[in-house]
Amino acid sequence: MTRILLDPTSERSVPHREQLARPAHLRGQVVGLLDITKPRGDVFLDRLEQLLIGAGAKVLRYKKPTFTKPAPVDLRQQIATQCTLVIEALAD
Amino acid sequence: MTQTGAPALPDGLVVVVKRECETCTMVAPLLGEFATVVYTQDDPTFPDPTATLDSDLSFSWHHDIETVPTLIRVTGGVEVDRTVGWVRDEWRRITGLAGLGEELPPFRPGCGSMSVDPDRADALRARFGGHTLKSRRLELAELDDEMELMFERGFTDGLPVVPPTEERVLRMLQGTSRAAHEIVAVVPPDLVEVTVEKVAINAVMAGCKPEYLPWVIAALEAVCTDEFNMHGVLATTMPVGPVIVCNGPGTRAIGMNSEGNALGQGNRANLTIGRAVQLIVRNIGGGRPGEVDRATHGNPGKLSFCFAEREHDSPFSSLAASRGLSATTDAVTVFAGEGPRCIVDQKVRTAPELANVFAACLKAMHNPKLVLAFDAILVVGPEHARVCADAGWDRARLLAELHERLQFPGSELVWGAGGIADGIPTHLRDVTLPKFRPDGILLVHAGGGAGLFSAMIGGWANGEIGSQPVTKEVTR
Repeated sequence: MTRILLDPTSERSVPHREQLARPAHLRGQVVGLLDITKPRGDVFLDRLEQLLIGAGAKVLRYKKPTFTKPAPVDLRQQIATQCTLVIEALAD
Repeated sequence: MTQTGAPALPDGLVVVVKRECETCTMVAPLLGEFATVVYTQDDPTFPDPTATLDSDLSFSWHHDIETVPTLIRVTGGVEVDRTVGWVRDEWRRITGLAGLGEELPPFRPGCGSMSVDPDRADALRARFGGHTLKSRRLELAELDDEMELMFERGFTDGLPVVPPTEERVLRMLQGTSRAAHEIVAVVPPDLVEVTVEKVAINAVMAGCKPEYLPWVIAALEAVCTDEFNMHGVLATTMPVGPVIVCNGPGTRAIGMNSEGNALGQGNRANLTIGRAVQLIVRNIGGGRPGEVDRATHGNPGKLSFCFAEREHDSPFSSLAASRGLSATTDAVTVFAGEGPRCIVDQKVRTAPELANVFAACLKAMHNPKLVLAFDAILVVGPEHARVCADAGWDRARLLAELHERLQFPGSELVWGAGGIADGIPTHLRDVTLPKFRPDGILLVHAGGGAGLFSAMIGGWANGEIGSQPVTKEVTR
């Protein structure tokens, strides 16, 4: 007799996404730096900002309200419309 | 395989019988006295060969025959009247035959229909009602080991699960009045809508009984709120998971443990309700260790951490009552917590002494120099609670005494003080700070009758930036 079980998952197959091509150079790029608000993340991002500006990029800084929750939709849309590249600094 | 469609009801009078039933045998001679279609469940020659054999019990199941004999009047394909067993006045009224069964007693109860026989009911529900389940079917090959398949597909928490067959899931769904397709919550981290059916599948896997399902649903609703922040509870490197505290008379009805070993192993309801919630976060929400779950150590309670409050002899109002619900309401409170640790004081005889040892242990939670950052559950054991009761201390008094003892000068807490690096910023050196925010200690009474012990469960980042305890009423 055929045995049947019911799928306990969300039944969502995750679509494969291609990575964007790496930019040839940073000159003229607008790089968003997203601070997730963990302690000392700003120290790391300050240094990154210096290096990116040195490489000819323009840098915009953003901050999540709390590191414990995903970035709000408004913030994600703001970054997407203002930047050509983004670096999200993960902690720990 | 599941089938759809109910057999049509023929117009006129319909009777369902089985030979094994003595009441059916008693009324059988009457069935020739009026025009009727007779369905027989067990013997095609009973009451005579013109009877229609309901061989697969399809007619009985679809038309909700619970007792035989059942007499139904049908008009235009629709049931308009029904009586079960032998109630002479009812049979006379429905058949319109004033003298029917004069020689029989006025009343005789019927027997159980074969379609509700406990040995058959689950299979019939799956056969005729299985099409109501929308989930994808996983067909096992002849040689597949179903237990191993569940592991291989990544459906388990590391322990074996009960295979979710259609029979078991349909039986689980009997535990709630909510429809299988109803959305219960949006589950982090993938933010997927979960239906009652998917909850039931995972509850089967966790080992729940149907009567636990409303508790699983309530706990899941609580966990999937923005206040509780399950995404963050998963993503954090701290060792926390949902700790579920259950209140109300329903905890006794479903056999939950609030007494000896309440926080431990051995009670099916405690263990499987908490486990079902975690399996749903894993299987529906996609929250798995090594992926969004980034815990450095984790804790064994992330398999399941669920217990009931010992309410019957508590000197304190219940946790749910302290959070605004009535004492007779069934409720769950979820808290982002680590594993429990024991507070030992076997010499304590006065309430102030008890408050002193509680405060000393609570101060050390996570780091004695970190204040206001984390909440805690304090599980007061019955022997410690008796010390409070003897002194006339209720919930409010004990909490007030604890908060009074848990105030510390900033100079002891600042970074580097006491040779400990962590703590609070240096500019707070001159202020006095409490270990907990005003509602940061959740008091619960639980445990066995012997042992001057209590337990504390440390929390995670609290308040709006982290996780807040959430209380939900349990509804059937």
